[in-house]
Amino acid sequence: MSVKGKELVLISPEGKRLDGRRPDEIRELKIKAGILENADGSAYVEQGNTKIYAAIYGPREVHPRHLALPNKAVIRCRYHMTPFSVEERKSPAPTRREIELSKVIREALAPAIIAEQFPFSAIDVFIEVINADGSTRCASIIAASVALASAGIPMRDLVAACSVGKINGVLVLDVTDVEDKYGEVDMPFAMMPNRSEITLLQLDGILSLEEIEKAISMATKACKDIYEKQKSALKEKYIELRKAVEEGTRT
Amino acid sequence: MPIHVKDWDLVVPGEVLAEGDYVAGPYVYKEGNRLFATTIGIVESKRGIIRIVPLQGPYIPKVGDVVIGIVIDYLPTAYVLDINSPYKAILQAVEVLPPQKNALAEDLSKYLDVGDVVVCKVVRFDKYSDVIVSCKGRELGKVTNGKLIKVSPAKIPRLIGRKGSMIDLIKKETGCRIIIGQNGFIWIKGKDLASEALAERVIRKIDEEAHISGLTQRIQLMLQLEKEG
Amino acid sequence: MIPKLKKQQIMDLLSLGRRVNGRGLEDLRPVEIRCQSVKNAEGSAEVRLGKTLAIAGVKTSIGTPFADTPDTGVMIVNAEFLPIASPTFEPGPPDENAIELARVIDRGLRKAEMIDLKQLCIVPGKAVWELWIDIHALNHDGNLMDASALAAVAAILTAEIPKVMLNEKGEVTINKSEKQRLPIKSVPITVTIAKIGDKLVVDPSLDEEEVADAFLTATFVDDKVCTIQKRGEKGLTAEETMRALQIARQKAHELFKIVKEVVGGE
Repeated sequence: MSVKGKELVLISPEGKRLDGRRPDEIRELKIKAGILENADGSAYVEQGNTKIYAAIYGPREVHPRHLALPNKAVIRCRYHMTPFSVEERKSPAPTRREIELSKVIREALAPAIIAEQFPFSAIDVFIEVINADGSTRCASIIAASVALASAGIPMRDLVAACSVGKINGVLVLDVTDVEDKYGEVDMPFAMMPNRSEITLLQLDGILSLEEIEKAISMATKACKDIYEKQKSALKEKYIELRKAVEEGTRT
Repeated sequence: MPIHVKDWDLVVPGEVLAEGDYVAGPYVYKEGNRLFATTIGIVESKRGIIRIVPLQGPYIPKVGDVVIGIVIDYLPTAYVLDINSPYKAILQAVEVLPPQKNALAEDLSKYLDVGDVVVCKVVRFDKYSDVIVSCKGRELGKVTNGKLIKVSPAKIPRLIGRKGSMIDLIKKETGCRIIIGQNGFIWIKGKDLASEALAERVIRKIDEEAHISGLTQRIQLMLQLEKEG
Repeated sequence: MIPKLKKQQIMDLLSLGRRVNGRGLEDLRPVEIRCQSVKNAEGSAEVRLGKTLAIAGVKTSIGTPFADTPDTGVMIVNAEFLPIASPTFEPGPPDENAIELARVIDRGLRKAEMIDLKQLCIVPGKAVWELWIDIHALNHDGNLMDASALAAVAAILTAEIPKVMLNEKGEVTINKSEKQRLPIKSVPITVTIAKIGDKLVVDPSLDEEEVADAFLTATFVDDKVCTIQKRGEKGLTAEETMRALQIARQKAHELFKIVKEVVGGE
């Protein structure tokens, strides 16, 4: 297909994608936990060119009070893209897409949060997409889980996420913006990797049931790898400090 | 019956700690045959019970806890306190008013003002009401001067130490009065700014290194060096 | 708020493989589809799923195409959860549930290519048909998603739009006396499965929605899936997901037959 007059080959006959990745390869993932001082928990994620901040405030008092639940914390989520995160400036006002994604991300994280420990309170999840290059809701979930854990909010598991696409009939992991726009399918996926529970599943595009099963299996394996990265990010500063103390390099 | 972790291991939510006949302690849950951690913290296992000592997390009030609160608002006959928790605390005005005075007729700010720091005890906390605190008792009530610092409530047990050994050491070596709120607020009053600053430095070190074994020795060493330095 | 007793009754029945009113786990409620009841709309359909009632209307207008698709018609799907439908719906702009529903149905229609939008082009780059699909919930007794999707599909299938011609000056003229159906390429069918405990039930009622852990909505074109949306505050295993999709596919075929009967022909 051609884009802007250039021939675009999303996947070569040997199975190499535009950025050189194999179909089952995810982009380089960088995760930093606890990088925002004021928030109770926070994380920054870079997945290829997709860059996202997640911040957690809570458990804290619910405002307005009538929204409080008597048996558990109310979980609120705001997914928002900065105007400069996309190629054509986006108005800062929430779009229908952001409203749907806020809901879908909340429902991806809620199963992991042990909200029953904090009745009459709110746990607020804020996600800001600084640069969007595909799979932003998955990267957001990766960031938000780490942020929640860094806040010390009790969770049944972390939530890892990865998208599955289809290009020229081939299922691929972790779609970029171009692959999403010009590919055949976008299947965002999130799960609690240690409990094998899927908490986010959407499909936009045509797949057979067999393909869906294969896609779920590919994404599941990717999520288990992503969990290890989330784990490292959370432990990083504690382990570094421990090493410094043990080596006597810390005053 | 495998246990996958040992004491002092750092874990995150979802990590499988063990399988089989172990019992889930605080911050651990068991599903089927497996035990999972629910928070970022340190493993502690004793007599078949595995628990996690959290390194982060909010303060959830418990009846009997000593907490330090900051007055943030007034109700007709009570004060509202920020106790560094998702829940606000209510302190009845009668506790600070002289016996003959009627709370409704008085200007409550005369006795406790917004911004005042008060040491209290949690007397009631259930799902039907805010936290009720009382400041009647020894070592309770408004505190003036000194320094108020905040640490993660999860570290308070480490700061207190076994049978108060850690905090007693700090008090002795710095000569400061120190009141520890279970909610993470700590009030320090020393004979001069230098000793208060030292006490704060020690407390911050405990906050940062609570997950690394041998803390007591390191603190003892630190205080020793200070004395000699 | 559903009383604990009712919750318990639903769970007890489910453990015996049954639902309230004798419904089987995989049974749809009685389906009623009435098309073209709104004279002023180019297309319309009312759908009842049990006591749930949704109405969809199709309106057309001539407008300019999007810059990056100059030869393609425009389709916009909107949904409103009217206050009349439930004591829990408040007047105001669509909330996250209504927005999600509209967007899921939109994706289903688009990915299934139900309407050949290219055939809705009148003058490339200048004039195309705009299709406004508005869905309104009239009574909420569970599964507004499937009722709304069915209403939208039925309204589109039976919509009649005027023929357009270009006169000698190259201007677009509408011939209201000559009508035509929309160019249809496929008929997508949406089915929602609710997970309650370890049971999967088709077409959840309102009470069942309140006790459900999660929902899986899937839109089918023949045997393939073109849209999926997982909803709810809990998760599903991969096995439950595939099982739900199998059941949903079967139901989609059933519903397709019903639509064919009602709409006739195509």
